[in-house]
Amino acid sequence: MIRRPLHSEDPDRLYIVTGGRSRADESRLDLVTLIVSECEPAPGMQSEHVRILEMCRRPTAVVEVSANLGMPVSVVKILLGDLLDTGKVTARHPQHTGTGRPGAARLPRPEILKEVLLGLQRL
Amino acid sequence: MDSRGSEPSTVTPLRETATEGLKIVIVGGFGVGKTTMVRSVSEIRPLNTEETMTQAGVGIDDAQAVQDKTTTTVAFDFGRISLNEQMVLYLFGAPGQERFWFLWDRLFSGTLGAVVLVDTRRLADSWYAIDRLEHHGTPFIVARNNFGDDAYTLEQVREALSLPPEVPLIDCDARQRESSKAVLIALVNHLYALSSQEAAS
Repeated sequence: MIRRPLHSEDPDRLYIVTGGRSRADESRLDLVTLIVSECEPAPGMQSEHVRILEMCRRPTAVVEVSANLGMPVSVVKILLGDLLDTGKVTARHPQHTGTGRPGAARLPRPEILKEVLLGLQRL
Repeated sequence: MDSRGSEPSTVTPLRETATEGLKIVIVGGFGVGKTTMVRSVSEIRPLNTEETMTQAGVGIDDAQAVQDKTTTTVAFDFGRISLNEQMVLYLFGAPGQERFWFLWDRLFSGTLGAVVLVDTRRLADSWYAIDRLEHHGTPFIVARNNFGDDAYTLEQVREALSLPPEVPLIDCDARQRESSKAVLIALVNHLYALSSQEAAS
């Protein structure tokens, strides 16, 4: 699989937003990693960073940030990478995921799935 | 000061205590009812976003096959369910077409499992999805979206899909919250059984 997003999707805008970078460290952020702001927006910040800091005052998943900004997930990961590097947001990474790889322990422990079941039954 | 900035008023924030995001993917052909199912159980109005990747060489879409590079864009929608103080389950409605699978690893690695939503008028749409899920080692169940007028029995559906006996197959009505909830519970019960087997072996 070739991982080179963004080459021809609305190039000007995405180029500017990401400062010309075309990929993030993808292993660092999952779609459902929860992002939490650690500071308020400051004057002079990039507008996308401002919006992220505002929406992540409460925990917000990477994919929700993407939907709210109206930008592809890979672009949002780059933006979030900047904010993580400078400590402006923190990330709550999923712990109980499967790996999806055959042979590996690919399912969460039964106790975790039991909690998922209880949560669904309460709906 | 309670300034929500430019955020729309429909945004329902998660609890401060939320720490753990989980994923379940609902896969199916166009118009089979994926979004309907997400909507019927989600605590938020379903949101939509997309992911892109560039594929060098032969195009994935016929219309772009002549180009050296093809940008594949996959749109998907999602909703969420807060399961308890810490755990939040995200439900993704994902198209089952071929190009989507190039992005599966990037988007849905670590997913708990999948629901293949099928429509018996277009069963062939599901063959590829089932094949790919097996290939990726993602556990799944199959749910037939049935409005009560389906001419086929579940056994006939199982046969038409060449579905192994260990894969659960159930009927549902994606419009109904209780029915969609039952589908998710059936999936997690299946995962629980698989996980218990793994733990015992």
